[in-house]
Amino acid sequence: MSDKKPQSRLRKYSRRAFLIGATAVAGGVAFGTYVVKRPHDNPLAADLQDGEATFNPYVKITGDRITLIASHTDKGQGVHHSQAALIAEELDVELDQVEISFGKPAPAYWNTGLANDAVPFSAFDESFKARAARGAVSSLGKVMGLMVTGGSSTMPDQFEKLRSAGAVARETLKAAAAQQTGVPVTQLKTARGMVILPDGTELPYTDLAATAASMEPVTDVALRDPSQWRMIGKPMQRVDVVAKSTGTLTYGIDLKVDGMVHAAAKVNPRQGGAMLSYDASAALEMPGVQKVLVLQGDMLDPELDGSLTRRRTKVGVAVIANNTWRAFQALEAIDIEWGSAPYPAEMDAHWQTLSDSFTEDKLDSAWRTDGDVEAALDGAEVLEAEYRAPYVAHAPLEPISAIVRADKDSAEVWVGHQMQRFAQMKVAAILGLDDPEKVTLHNQFIGGSFGHRLEFENVTIATEIARQMPGVPVKLTFSREEDFAHDFPRQIAMARGRGAAKDGKVDALDMQIAMPSVVASQMSRVGQPVAGPDNQIVAGAWNMPFDIPNLRVRGYRAPELAPISSWRSVGASSQGFFAEGFFDELCHAAGVDPLEERLRLVNNPLHRKALEAVGEMSNWGSALGPNRGRGIAMVESFGVPTAEVIEVTATEDGIKIDKAFVVAEVGRIVDPVNFENLMQGGVIWGLGHAMNCEITYSDGMAEQSNFDSHEGMRLYQCPDIMVRGLENGDNIRGIGEPPVPPAAPALANAIFAATGTRLREMPFANFVDFV
Amino acid sequence: MKLIVNGQEQQVEVEDDMPLLWILRDELNITGVKYGCGISACGACTVHVNGEAMRSCQVTADSLEEGDQITTIEGLGTPPALHAVQAAWVEHQVAQCGYCQSGQIMQAAALLSETPNPSDEDIDDAMSGNLCRCGTYPRIRAAVKTAAKNMQEA
Repeated sequence: MSDKKPQSRLRKYSRRAFLIGATAVAGGVAFGTYVVKRPHDNPLAADLQDGEATFNPYVKITGDRITLIASHTDKGQGVHHSQAALIAEELDVELDQVEISFGKPAPAYWNTGLANDAVPFSAFDESFKARAARGAVSSLGKVMGLMVTGGSSTMPDQFEKLRSAGAVARETLKAAAAQQTGVPVTQLKTARGMVILPDGTELPYTDLAATAASMEPVTDVALRDPSQWRMIGKPMQRVDVVAKSTGTLTYGIDLKVDGMVHAAAKVNPRQGGAMLSYDASAALEMPGVQKVLVLQGDMLDPELDGSLTRRRTKVGVAVIANNTWRAFQALEAIDIEWGSAPYPAEMDAHWQTLSDSFTEDKLDSAWRTDGDVEAALDGAEVLEAEYRAPYVAHAPLEPISAIVRADKDSAEVWVGHQMQRFAQMKVAAILGLDDPEKVTLHNQFIGGSFGHRLEFENVTIATEIARQMPGVPVKLTFSREEDFAHDFPRQIAMARGRGAAKDGKVDALDMQIAMPSVVASQMSRVGQPVAGPDNQIVAGAWNMPFDIPNLRVRGYRAPELAPISSWRSVGASSQGFFAEGFFDELCHAAGVDPLEERLRLVNNPLHRKALEAVGEMSNWGSALGPNRGRGIAMVESFGVPTAEVIEVTATEDGIKIDKAFVVAEVGRIVDPVNFENLMQGGVIWGLGHAMNCEITYSDGMAEQSNFDSHEGMRLYQCPDIMVRGLENGDNIRGIGEPPVPPAAPALANAIFAATGTRLREMPFANFVDFV
Repeated sequence: MKLIVNGQEQQVEVEDDMPLLWILRDELNITGVKYGCGISACGACTVHVNGEAMRSCQVTADSLEEGDQITTIEGLGTPPALHAVQAAWVEHQVAQCGYCQSGQIMQAAALLSETPNPSDEDIDDAMSGNLCRCGTYPRIRAAVKTAAKNMQEA
């Protein structure tokens, strides 16, 4: 068994330029250190009145209230609460004493936590080169003011930043109290939003705001030792849970603005295609309908070389009415002729494109080349298999919507979004505003995203309507069908595995993965060029934490097909399935226990502990009885080693998932209740889509348009899910995505154990029944 | 037409085929009831009509009778005066995004008024029409049981 760290092996990976999810890192060096080090302006300072204090972009104190800024968007993962709690921990306020605001989009809120999954180094590689690469990515994010919620990065980004913000504010308030009272700072204490003098006198922070406002914020504040934490690590009641249990939380789709009209739109369901003609005469006669507008948008023209050129043209229509349902009804009455799609009309051609992409000229990355796979396979009994993962929709339960009002030289937008500054840029471009800052964006609570709210269709179409109705707030609500039709689904992907066992051990694994670049597709819609390999083509596979003697993982970039986007856990959602499913096949070929073999080969002590924990929790190795089986998988994504065991029974009516066990190493758990909820939700997301979901295209259009044909998991299919979090690592990690990737392979491996049927293609329901 | 919504008389004049969901949301500005699918596949729009759980996206105006009693999540209980089911939802911290939870809670409240001590199978049968994309099902099951226990003891 080997306990050595993975660094030695990582040196063998060839490193080329790499994507950072937004743009090429090569662009970063041009900015130089001055720009990188210069702090961004504090956006709270701009609106400050006399006697109001702000100490950093996260804390504002006025005469009547304390406002904390939770700049990462809450799509359900609970960061509205947890960000505020991190500030409150050091600021010494209780969360019922403060107002928590989404803040306004600003470069100061750039995300420092995205670098981990964007560089060709293991998240656990602390070598100079690895740290330098993450630093370069981070610096670029700062220069760009890259404000984004995604990549399970909220805690990595905010854990230290927000506690520091709270501590700086607290110490500055104490300094203000010292100045007002003459009592030395060292004798002052803080609690419940007050500075407390030695004689017990309590000075509310709000009474100190005016004095604090005249002072320079205290710097050099040490953060408290974890042993002193009041909140972090302990169960908390989320600040939004009562509102979410009483129907009193206002989501973006619930908002009303004075003078607002309701709009619904239909854009060519062949994504990127044009509208050829339409007849709205019947719709215009319907109750409540005010007008029908033609929508200009980006049509994609395929070029001879396979690339796509954007051209502004007619792409659809919108109905303006006095009620959402009336707008939906009128849209259905419009007769429209659509142009063709810029991608193959039928699924067979999509799969064929992937199948044809395993060629040298499409080689995108070869970051893992341990040993000599070719030599090891030469003359061996080679196991070969092909794996597939389909397109899958995000389909958050709240359909996307947006309210936009276009004024003469400005605009106002109300929308829940994960990339608020890009959204401002989109609005400004459509309205011809010279500065995105002229777009005021009010972020909102979001009823689920899973990546959908990284896209812009709700914002751009609402803006396109608002452009034609100056001064009128337009609320655009997508019907569920339009939400499906204009989703940008999870990538379609294909893998080819070859491997061999030797002397009862897994000896060689060669995996090739082909898919279109999800990062390139996504970034093309914000006009950002990308260069270098797309790490998502191999995410969850190239970083397998196993020292298989001969291991090679290569990524192939297929030509762009249907437009795709980040779907909860992105590349690892398909690649983790491929790698861990095929590895399981090799374990069986070698005649070894799949957990024992993983423990034999695991190359990092943190990953080992996760495997051991899931083995112990699931009582791995104990007898299960007839027609039952267990499967295990471990995938590292977003720096989180996550191991899962699934137990199934093959009943007469189909497969029943009985239990799931999940262990994740996250460095630090902020709130164990929310942690458990998100872990269970991630497992359910992974299992539900692996079992039941796919988006297929026919005639260029998605065939699934609602939850009757793409539903994920329902309650009756949900197993008992046992969760454990490990806190052995040095760095705090996010938990939104990492439980997803191991779920599908653990399920496939369990079904094999119970039935002997090996599933290599999702959704599994196409091959076995589930009960 | 006159409807009783959360105990208050409301006068609405709409087309015969307008679903109750949109009468509530867009005509009466009662937004705790959510639009999710429009085809009764998700349950986010669940309300009680004369005490029975219904998908309000499928209840058209002309199928309602004068004086029908409609209860939405807002009428079930309020933050200072939670219904037992809502209290259990808070205790178990069921919600993630929370968008489906109005419907889940209304469905659970209807289940418990009919079946005060539901079996696991009863819960699965009653609640499986309500989709949760975040995956809060383990907590929904636990909260239904807690609510059942607390309501029986009350």
